Amino acid sequence: MLIAVISTVVVFGVIVVLVLSSEAWPAVQRQFFSWTHFQAAFPKVLGGFWLDIKMFLFAEVLILGIGLAVAMARSLRGPAFLPLRIITIAYIDLARGLPLLLLILLMGFGIPALQLPGVPNGALFWGIAALVFSYAAYTAEVYRAGIDSVHESQRMSARSIGLTQTQSLWHVVVPQAVRNVIPALLNGFVSLQKDVALVFVLGVREGLREADIYNARTFNYTSYIAAAVLFLLVSVPVARFTDWYSDRDRRRKQAMST
Amino acid sequence: MTPPKLLLRGVAKSFEGKEVLRAVDLDVAPHQVVCLIGTSGSGKSTLLKCINLLVPVDSGDIVLDGVTITDPGVNPNTVRQTMGIVFQAFNLFPHMRVIDNITLGPRKVHRVPRAEAEEQARELLDRFGLLDRADEYPDRLSGGQQQRVAIVRALVSKPGLMLLDEVTSALDPELVGEVLGVIRDLKAEGMTMVIATHEMGFARDVADVVGFLDGGVVLEQGPPMAIFGNPQQARTRQFLQRIVDAGRL
Ligand SMILES: Nc1ncnc2c1ncn2[C@@H]1O[C@H](COP(=O)(O)OP(=O)(O)OP(=O)(O)O)[C@@H](O)[C@H]1O
Ligand SMILES: [Mg+2]
Repeated sequence: MLIAVISTVVVFGVIVVLVLSSEAWPAVQRQFFSWTHFQAAFPKVLGGFWLDIKMFLFAEVLILGIGLAVAMARSLRGPAFLPLRIITIAYIDLARGLPLLLLILLMGFGIPALQLPGVPNGALFWGIAALVFSYAAYTAEVYRAGIDSVHESQRMSARSIGLTQTQSLWHVVVPQAVRNVIPALLNGFVSLQKDVALVFVLGVREGLREADIYNARTFNYTSYIAAAVLFLLVSVPVARFTDWYSDRDRRRKQAMST
Repeated sequence: MTPPKLLLRGVAKSFEGKEVLRAVDLDVAPHQVVCLIGTSGSGKSTLLKCINLLVPVDSGDIVLDGVTITDPGVNPNTVRQTMGIVFQAFNLFPHMRVIDNITLGPRKVHRVPRAEAEEQARELLDRFGLLDRADEYPDRLSGGQQQRVAIVRALVSKPGLMLLDEVTSALDPELVGEVLGVIRDLKAEGMTMVIATHEMGFARDVADVVGFLDGGVVLEQGPPMAIFGNPQQARTRQFLQRIVDAGRL
């Protein structure tokens, strides 16, 4: 413990000293870590970041729901469900095969350009739609791994008491499946929480966009640092929580199996 | 002659080209207990799952109470509610309390209100000496208690036929007795049962008919006295001899 503390302090101390004593540091500080610019940019960036948080929460709820529905559809057995399985597999391959940024550009600029009657054409709407489209496919695969990890006889038992396939999935398999993949789902949270910023390419005035606007006006990068600090403030605790939860989960499973 | 409760004619099932059941014929009269014996891999579990329609048969007929349940028009979910099946292990849903395990079927399938379903469940649990476990999660129960709960869960929809697949073979020896006791009680109440088992002593004790499954057919069947005392087929003699040699009869 003591050794860990000492070595950590020494290593980080040396790095800080080296950085601060380098010749380039004054320029770096002016460009990236200017307190004046930070104060000037922060309120706007924070306002935009608030939109990031709202987009994240809204999209995540949709992703968790749609991902589960897709995974369940893909797990239904029997010839009658073959078309449904084909559709879900095609969707998952498509959504996972395309770069997220491409999807955002395609949906965010492409669909509004069609000017279809009755279809919303807001950049925000289609930006979120693209995020959900992409992430729901990944999340469906996470759920599916969880569904496959539940012992086959659980499904048999559920069917044997008269439940339909869907009821068996919903009441018996999915609750156990979700429990098995919570760490993976949390990792998805961290990742989405950063990727919402990609909708800035559509001109949505979220945190990164505000930082970008400030930078374009002042040629100073401190606004980006402000945005970075905000993203880290949210994603680091979630990442730590995920690790803590996974560790606890693993210890529990070990305790159960002995 | 009373019509049979369950009748199998020429039931066949292959998995990926491997023939497990070739042509199984079996008659089960009402209130009769039939024990299926046979080597590991002879298809006992597969046969029980076929009867419960959990595994679709390739050909042949299964007739329950005069209805051919292997007909395409029959809804398997409806049929399953009239039979109970209990497997070797992993029967209970680990994320639900005992009481919820038991009431899930009645509530979701028969739309019985929760209070009513729980009352029924508690009555049954009480009968099998498990009432004090009602609010526990399955992992807090002994293996024997888990299997008894699984039997109670299968009984809650008042099935006319119980299928039991080696319900004691995953248990520590000292827990086997309590589960076999429950099966004896069911027999005393007149439950019709088809039981796959490795417990020859138990089969001799509880069965009205013992069927020896071998090579995809019921090679020999008859009262336990006849099968265990004077088997007609060489294969049956061989099988029983091996069990005697292993000190299990
Ligand atoms: N779903 C399946 N897919 C492929 N093969 C299967 C499947 N279920 C069973 N089998 C095969 O069918 C054969 C019979 O299996 P089954 O479980 O019915 O035998 P059993 O008599 O119950 O054996 P045991 O006494 O070991 O329980 C085995 O060879 C098994 O590998
Ligand atoms: Mg078996």
